[in-house]
Amino acid sequence: MNRLAIPKTYKLYIGGKFPRSESGRVYEVLSHSGEFLANAAKGSRKDARDAVVAARSAFRGWSGASPYNRGQVLYRIAELLEGRRAQFVDEIVKSEGTSDSDASAQVDEAIDRWVWYAGWADKYVQVAGNANPVSGAFFNLSVPEPTGIVAIVAPQGAQSLLGLVSAIAPALVAGNTVVVVANENAPLSAISLGEVLATSDVPGGVVNILTGSPAEIVPWLASHADVNALDLVGAAELDWVDLQISAAETLKRVLSPEAGEDAAAPALSRILAFTELKTVWHTKALL
Amino acid sequence: MKFLDYAPAPESRALLNLKDDYGLFINGDFTAGRGTPFATINPATEQHLAMIATANEADVDAAVSAARHAYDGVWSRLSGSDRGKYLFRIARLVQERARELAVAETLDNGKPIKETRDADIPLVAAWFFYYAGWADKLDHAGVGPNPASLGVAAQVIPWNFPLMMLAWKIAPALAAGNTVVLKPAETTSLTAMLFAEILQQADLPAGVVNIITGDGMTGQALVNHPGVNKVAFTGSTAVGRAIARSVAGTDKKVSLELGGKGANIVFDDAPIDQAVDGIVRGIFFNQGHVCCAGSRLLVQESIHDDVIERLKRRMQTLRLGDPLDKNTDIGAINSAEQLARIRELSDLGQQEGAERWSVDCVIPDNGFWFAPTIFTNVATSHRIAREEIFGPVLSVLTFRTPAEAIAKANNTPYGLSAGIWSDKGSRILAVADKLRAGVIWANTFNQFDPSSPFGGFKESGYGREGGRHGLAAYLKPALRSGSRSIVAAPENTAAPVSKKTVSAKKAAK
Amino acid sequence: MTSSPLAAYLPDQRALALIGGEATDANLRRYLHGIPGIDAVGLEARAADLGSRSIKTSSKRWAIDTIIGLIDLTTLEGSDTPGKVRSLVTKALVPDPHDPGCPRVAAVCVYGDMVSTAVTALGSAHAAGGAEGVNVAAVATAFPSGRASLAIKLADVRDAVAAGADEIDMVIDRGAFLAGRFGQVYDEIVAVKEACRRTDGSLAHLKVILETGELNTYDNVRRASWLAILAGGDFIKTSTGKIAPAATLPVTLSMLEVVRDWHHLTGVRIGVKPAGGIRTSKDAIKYLVTVAETVGEEWLTPHLFRFGASSLLNDVLLQRQKMTTGHYSGPDYVTID
Repeated sequence: MNRLAIPKTYKLYIGGKFPRSESGRVYEVLSHSGEFLANAAKGSRKDARDAVVAARSAFRGWSGASPYNRGQVLYRIAELLEGRRAQFVDEIVKSEGTSDSDASAQVDEAIDRWVWYAGWADKYVQVAGNANPVSGAFFNLSVPEPTGIVAIVAPQGAQSLLGLVSAIAPALVAGNTVVVVANENAPLSAISLGEVLATSDVPGGVVNILTGSPAEIVPWLASHADVNALDLVGAAELDWVDLQISAAETLKRVLSPEAGEDAAAPALSRILAFTELKTVWHTKALL
Repeated sequence: MKFLDYAPAPESRALLNLKDDYGLFINGDFTAGRGTPFATINPATEQHLAMIATANEADVDAAVSAARHAYDGVWSRLSGSDRGKYLFRIARLVQERARELAVAETLDNGKPIKETRDADIPLVAAWFFYYAGWADKLDHAGVGPNPASLGVAAQVIPWNFPLMMLAWKIAPALAAGNTVVLKPAETTSLTAMLFAEILQQADLPAGVVNIITGDGMTGQALVNHPGVNKVAFTGSTAVGRAIARSVAGTDKKVSLELGGKGANIVFDDAPIDQAVDGIVRGIFFNQGHVCCAGSRLLVQESIHDDVIERLKRRMQTLRLGDPLDKNTDIGAINSAEQLARIRELSDLGQQEGAERWSVDCVIPDNGFWFAPTIFTNVATSHRIAREEIFGPVLSVLTFRTPAEAIAKANNTPYGLSAGIWSDKGSRILAVADKLRAGVIWANTFNQFDPSSPFGGFKESGYGREGGRHGLAAYLKPALRSGSRSIVAAPENTAAPVSKKTVSAKKAAK
Repeated sequence: MTSSPLAAYLPDQRALALIGGEATDANLRRYLHGIPGIDAVGLEARAADLGSRSIKTSSKRWAIDTIIGLIDLTTLEGSDTPGKVRSLVTKALVPDPHDPGCPRVAAVCVYGDMVSTAVTALGSAHAAGGAEGVNVAAVATAFPSGRASLAIKLADVRDAVAAGADEIDMVIDRGAFLAGRFGQVYDEIVAVKEACRRTDGSLAHLKVILETGELNTYDNVRRASWLAILAGGDFIKTSTGKIAPAATLPVTLSMLEVVRDWHHLTGVRIGVKPAGGIRTSKDAIKYLVTVAETVGEEWLTPHLFRFGASSLLNDVLLQRQKMTTGHYSGPDYVTID
């Protein structure tokens, strides 16, 4: 006899908790073949606002953690993802209608990418920073520092998990905190990722995941004065130029949309895009 | 006699051969501008210096075309080492003509000859010399192997360090293989014109550098021109915003170096006399027309009175007057407009309730002048604590603990510079860690070097000038790949990491 | 802190009041190490900035004559003879035989056993503390090393004073200072000051040589300066001139800053004497600028500022001659002493 399943409620992931949207709204998430999968929370501008508040609260601790510590935390996430492979594969097969093997390949790649990024946490400074040979009795050092809060539009097409991971991992490596708007049509992996984060050592607020309509939510993030950077990697289908214009008001650092297989491909440049270079001069003297 | 009334020690104008009027420098030659020419004056005397051309849209187009032509036909085909050789030539020529350039800069800008001679012009030469050596070493810029140049760079610079800002823009752009159209500031185009002569002397291929003078419209037309690949702007945050908006949706890479309200933090264990010198240097160097000026003094409350007393005494030795006199410390304000703004904000400071004190100087009859001024009892909510005045006006605030100093220093949308004065090494390092500023000086201030990256956090802009990172601003990775082995690392700009097709909806914008 | 009460105190009372107790090593250390430190890079940059002032025409003329009037014309050689000292004195009185209008120097500076020769040679031109004439300054306290018993060092001082010295240039015990025995350094200065007392009760003017080259760091120079002033010195002097580095502009600047702060604190004016290594009028002019812009022009008087120099005078005279004649002069037109 077939056991009656217990369907999961998919809520937002904000500040380490799973609240429903303050608007109370949900939207239907359908499988690739059109069957009802879940009612996902339909995030509102106030949810976005709350997410930014949570991200700001978490920034001090996350950016202040040692790189080694951040690396370990990120690596642990990979461990937990690995442990939950089956759940993610299952969700992907249902949402995206891929084969088991394709879904497995996606999950594997996502985990491996996460590991790759984790390993950068205590190294990117050495590659991007350097001493500067200035004239005069000064010790001069340039070091990249986290930008702050990064608002991200996750890739909206196929490979929702891989796209999400590729988009948020690099921002986290450098100590930024993140507010990500998930894949609208295939948000389930995003919330499951939230569950992974919630059970890992990632402090609440470091990653905040909003499901719903990017077209509705992202403009509020783009104009938000406390968001420091905007990654429009998955925003090709939005009025993204308007978003970039809106972001210009507060001089946000903006990355443009990418499309195709290559979108958000792993690169050191993605980590460095969310850093600010700080250069410090110190006088040095014997006398 | 009073020894301290030093006898006049004027630098000679004789070595300067100014023309009556200057044209636009396009494609290696000077050509008349099609807009209405305008006068440039000496802000210390209000005397006429020369007529400067205005580039209209057609001129801007011609300049961009010349740059594109030169890029496609000549510059992008040259080896890095040849590009380097041109830059070395330029550096040497600047050194040869250093005195002439210093005098011209002082006349046109109003800043003292002591500064143009000892700071501005040497840095110009140094910048070209530094980037000359990078031209054939781009593999090491941090953008991956065989990085590509961007194409034509549109560069708009301000009036506060005219030739130095020109060098900061042109040197890395050329080293990286780009060609340039540069627009100097309206009130300070003279040294750019002399620089164009130097380019001719260096035999730089025509069109590699084009210099078009004009007003705000010229700059706007240049930045908005569809034929440019990179926009580099130094100036006000307001214009920076406008530029960021205007490049949205295009492929243009952008770097912005904007305003600031730098905090100069003096702890109770600071080397006090050097800290006072540092405060003076921080806000009165270049008449305070410095984006990274230490325009807020955050002094530990327990030593406030002593520091202010010493500061006032030290300020009394500042000499305001003829910028061409070698003993002048404080020159003229660059324009009537800027003077009006400084006055307005200073009056505001008084209205807000801060206490105003200025050096007792003899103000010349002609010209634009403002006596070095400090405001004490400034609170964090005062506008003079938040808005950039861009003049010789210091706002003094206090703090009690290092944490409070950091919080106050960071409590601004700007994030360009900061200073830390303390005898305690561990504190300096920890405070430097926490300050959200792109350039931090410990026990010194306003130091610049071509090898040291300069730029801001937050609304002070993005992108860096100087150093390896300043070079990377003019490069892009050779190819983009999904492979993890590619470690392409462009600097932090608003521009796309890679460009894919934009949907038709966007194309309509 | 108001200045007037402290101005009225005798040095030892003033020191007690400021230190807050006896002049022990510990108390002095606490006090001296509480004084703000110096950033060498900033100090040297400020000195270079002051040195870049352009002093021309009338300012230069005034500076040249002022410099001459501030020189302690010096001979401190083992080979000094009465003949040498007499020659020096003559030069001190008439620096430029071609120009009687040339000012006289402030003083001649000789070893203690040469004082009587110098006094005799000066004759009626001996200022004996007066404004017009030339003083006799004697180095003492086992100059230059200072390595002798206190008894010997004091006897050295008394002999020079008895012989007619107007000023005593003592050396501090650098070994004691570097070993932290600030109390000993203090006590010795106090004792030397007392040894400067003449039979009529007046005191010879005391210059305290810090030997900044051996103290090495600017912080040490600053602390030694404060210590010397607390102990009653009338002048702080950079160097013996017998080792390098002798006087430098940054070191002198740091000492002027102490003198400035002391004046602000107590109302008392202390003199500063850079000695050794100042050979050109160009250099000397930098010092005048530094004095004027740090403590004020009123310090540019023999009572408050001296150059300890020997070859400087001739370079200044060459400059003076050029300013007068309009053409460059040469070594044949200035005298050797």
